[in-house]
This record gives sequence, structure tokens and C-alpha cells, in this order.
Amino acid sequence: MSLTNEIIQQRLTEKFADQVGEFVISYDMLQFSAPKEINLKVLNFLYDDPQLAFTFLTDLTGVHYPDQKGRELAVVYHLHNLKDNIRLRFKVFTSVEQPDVYTATGLFSSANWMERETYDFFGIHFVGHPNLKRILNVDEMDYFPMRKEFPLEDQTRIDKDDEMFGRG
Amino acid sequence: MSEHIKLPEGSIEKTTTTLNLGPTHPATHGVMQNILELDGERIVSADQTIGYIHRAFEKLAERRPLAQITTLTDRLNYCSSPLNNMGWHMTCEKLLGVTTPKRVDYLRVIVMELARIADHLICNSIMGVDAGAYTGFLYVMQYRELIYEIYEEICGARLTTNMGRIGGFERNFNDIAFQKLEKFLDEYPKALKEFENMFQRNRIFMDRTIGVGGISAERALNYGFTGPNLRAAGVDYDVRVHSPYSSYQDFDFTIPVGSTGDSYDRWLVREQEMWQSLSIIRQAYQKVQAFTGAEAEVYHADVPEYYLPAKQDVYTKMEALIYHFKIIMGETDIPAGEVYHSVEGGNGELGFYLISDGGRAPYRLHFRRPCFIYYQAYEELIKGAMLSDAIITMSSLNLIAGEMDA
Repeated sequence: MSLTNEIIQQRLTEKFADQVGEFVISYDMLQFSAPKEINLKVLNFLYDDPQLAFTFLTDLTGVHYPDQKGRELAVVYHLHNLKDNIRLRFKVFTSVEQPDVYTATGLFSSANWMERETYDFFGIHFVGHPNLKRILNVDEMDYFPMRKEFPLEDQTRIDKDDEMFGRG
Repeated sequence: MSEHIKLPEGSIEKTTTTLNLGPTHPATHGVMQNILELDGERIVSADQTIGYIHRAFEKLAERRPLAQITTLTDRLNYCSSPLNNMGWHMTCEKLLGVTTPKRVDYLRVIVMELARIADHLICNSIMGVDAGAYTGFLYVMQYRELIYEIYEEICGARLTTNMGRIGGFERNFNDIAFQKLEKFLDEYPKALKEFENMFQRNRIFMDRTIGVGGISAERALNYGFTGPNLRAAGVDYDVRVHSPYSSYQDFDFTIPVGSTGDSYDRWLVREQEMWQSLSIIRQAYQKVQAFTGAEAEVYHADVPEYYLPAKQDVYTKMEALIYHFKIIMGETDIPAGEVYHSVEGGNGELGFYLISDGGRAPYRLHFRRPCFIYYQAYEELIKGAMLSDAIITMSSLNLIAGEMDA
């Protein structure tokens, strides 16, 4: 029997009860979240379970939601089960004051640079990462540019009305 | 004398040599720096630095309406821009719920496979250059030129193509484009065969590449390899087959796989993929020619909210004028949602993770750039190898600095 989104959701709730939640199916892809303390437990379970076997980390990135108090930063994992060819999206939220999330480098070698990139742009601190330093930006940079508080254009400009030119 | 020369601590006792390879070295084919520790000519460790041409595309995308982001995708893997363009349009179409007509799908397949050939052609011939055979590279560049001429007929540009729109193409392919395509399909196979004869069983080339920079299937998967590099290690994962897009399910083709994952296998996989791409283009061209009547003129989906109307209609018709204004000013309503879409790019799975909050620009856009992910395995690939092997391993990975640094 091939794997479906329903089975994945069922297996996850059996294992983690109400710790995993926010199950949504968006554009055929199952999406859920878990507290950041158990992110490795969830990833390990998805990896080791012979039925689930999400052994390929497609993508790892961050998102900043400044309006969500206490869960401003998200780490988004895209995992792929190559055998049954099914993907899922797993999110972990953390506060911006203490952005510590356990690293997935122990499980996926590919997470190394992707976590460095996420740290570089969002300042998410991956606990246990072997070499957590900036990767695309200069080492001297002292802010995290993809956070929403950094607008793209000089805010002192008055000749451009943001209403007319994209996101303000 | 010696008190004037300040040597770093411990440098006298050091038994290894530090060599700075890059960032602008002719053999790195892109802006990449590697600080190598060498024991004689053997590599002990490599410290990679990337990001020299980082242009903040993900940040820029947060201020641009969807259509304006296409130009950013051009500049990722610039050896196969149309592939990135099509991947981006399909991501938008997935978010907006636009379905494209079959003819658009087939035309897209033609340009995507042309782009794949252009990409593999560069990579394989550059490998030849790094092994000392410049002729092959110069020879096949003529045929990449034919591909670029076809691009020119389709969209007017050669390198950063900005080809296609959400829903289809900006204009129909003209007759010259099809004539040039026929010319390419006629001439290229002979040249590819010659190119293949020059390298495939060439003793020097084989000695330089077999067993060099090899990786096991297990390690390759763990490192997030995709595309030809993963298939060279023996894993038959191809996005075109696993999650077909743009009607790839209508085509008959095989996925070449290697076994050892070394530079030679990577070269062979790309070589065979070019033959497969040629076959796909032929099939697609036949399917395009088979359309009759009004269907034969279709080159975009009927989605006036997202597809710019013809200019003469803007001047004469009220509705067209409204749509034109809304699209240009970014006033079109975009559904909120999160979508991940990926295509088989030139060097692996090129993914777009788009979060829309209903605003005019994406809330967040992340590019899954295949070579950014697999380049981190480079140190493991070259550890213990000779310096010259490191060079050829790098070119066999098909690294594109523009894509890596985004």
C-alpha cells in the first residue's frame, strides 16, 4: 500500500499525540508543525520509520512572521520519500528573542549549508551545528537581512509611493 | 632580516602547504574559492567560500509582482535560463490554479529540453577543457549557438531569456524558430556523435576521470544530490518522471543512470541525457505539428487576469485596458497559500517555495538551488585526491556560481 497524506498524519498523531498539529494539505502537500524542542524527534521518526522513510531533505529554509508573538521565526523542512514519491512540509516555530533550534546535520549532511544559509539570513541559531557561520553574506555583517524589519529600499525616500511599488 | 618577516604561529613546523584556489581562477569556471591544504600534491582538506556573487534575489522577490520575478530566475543557472523561467511560471500557475493548453506544454518541453542540451553541452565540454582537450569545447559551441538562435527567435534574448509568461508564451513561435529547430535537430546529432567519439573511449580522458570524485548512492542522497550527479551514483530519481509537469507523461524517454558516481559516470549520464533530450524534442515537435485549425495557433492559456492582452486590444477594448492596467500595476488578486514546485533543472531539482499572503508580491520566496546543496560535498569528494583531480571533479559537478549564490 502506498503512502498517502492521511496515513502520514495518522502515524504522526499516533506517535506524538497532540504535540504535532496544524495539519493542512496545501496544493496536495501535507504540512504540519511541532514544537521546536522535538524537531529532531519528529525528523528522526520520519526518517527511521520503515513505512514513512522520509530520507531525503529537499529543502530547509526560514520564514519571518513579525506579527506572531512568541513564534516569529519558522524553520521549514521539505522532506521527500523517494520510494513512494511523496513530499511533506514540516514547520518549527521559534521566538525571535531566543531563536535556538536543534540542527538536523546529524541526520542529513545536506542540512549543513542550508542551515548556515538560514542562520545567515534569519539569525536562527542551530544548536549543535558543526560550523554555524555566515555563508553568502560577508562575515562582518551584524544583522539578518531577510527579516521583515529590513525594508528593501531606503525608507527616507519620498519620491516613491510604496502603495504603487510593491510591498511597503 | 628575519625579524621583519612575521610568520604565523606554527608555520615553520607545518608540513602541509596552503593553496588558494579561486575565487577568480580560470579552472574554477565561476567565482568560487577553495582554500586547500596540500600534502605534496594530495589534498588534505578544503575550506570552501561561496557567496561572491550573491545578489539577494529572495529579498528582491519580496517587492516584485510575480511576473517581474522571472528576470531574477534567469540569473540563477544562466546556462539554462529557459528552464528556470518555465519552472517559475509553473509555480505561479500552480498557485493561481491556471491550467495550460497541451500545445503550450509541448512548446515548453521543446525549450526546456533545448536548455538542458545547452547546459549539459557546456558542462561536458568544459570537463574536456580541464582534461586538456580544448577542441571539443570550441567545436560544440557552434551548436549551442544554434540553440541560442532559437531562443532569440522565441523571445528576443539569448542568455537571460525572460522567456514565457504566466499561462504560456508572450508570442507564438514563428516559422524561423521552427526552421532553426529543424536545422538543429538535423545537424546536432552528428556533432554530438563526434564529440562523444572524441571523449567517451579516449584513454587520457578515461584515466583522468574514472574513479575521480566518486560518491556512493547513499552519501549522495544524504548530501541532497539531485539531477545527473545523483543519477551517476545509480539513483534513478528524475523530477520529470516522479512528478511530471508540463505533460512530460506524454513522452517516451529513458533515464540514464551510472553506477560509481565518479566524474566519468557524471559525464556519461549527461551525454546520454542529451540523446534523450533530442528524442523528446523530436516527439514534442511532432505533437506540436499535429495540432490543426485554431488549436495550432494556441500559445497561451485563456487567463485574462494574469496574461497580458494584445496591445491593439488595450487601445480599443475596455476590458483589455482594465486587465492590462491591473497586471502592470500589480493589482491582480493573488490567492494566499504555500506552494512548492520543482522542475528538473540542468543540474538537479530546481525548486520554488512560494508563500503568498494575498499581497501583490510573494511574502517569501525561496529557491531550492541544486548546486548550492550538493557543492558542500566537494570536500568529501576531493579529500585524498590530487590537485588536478580536484579541478576536474569541480567541473564535472556542473556548478554555476549564479545559482549557488542566488
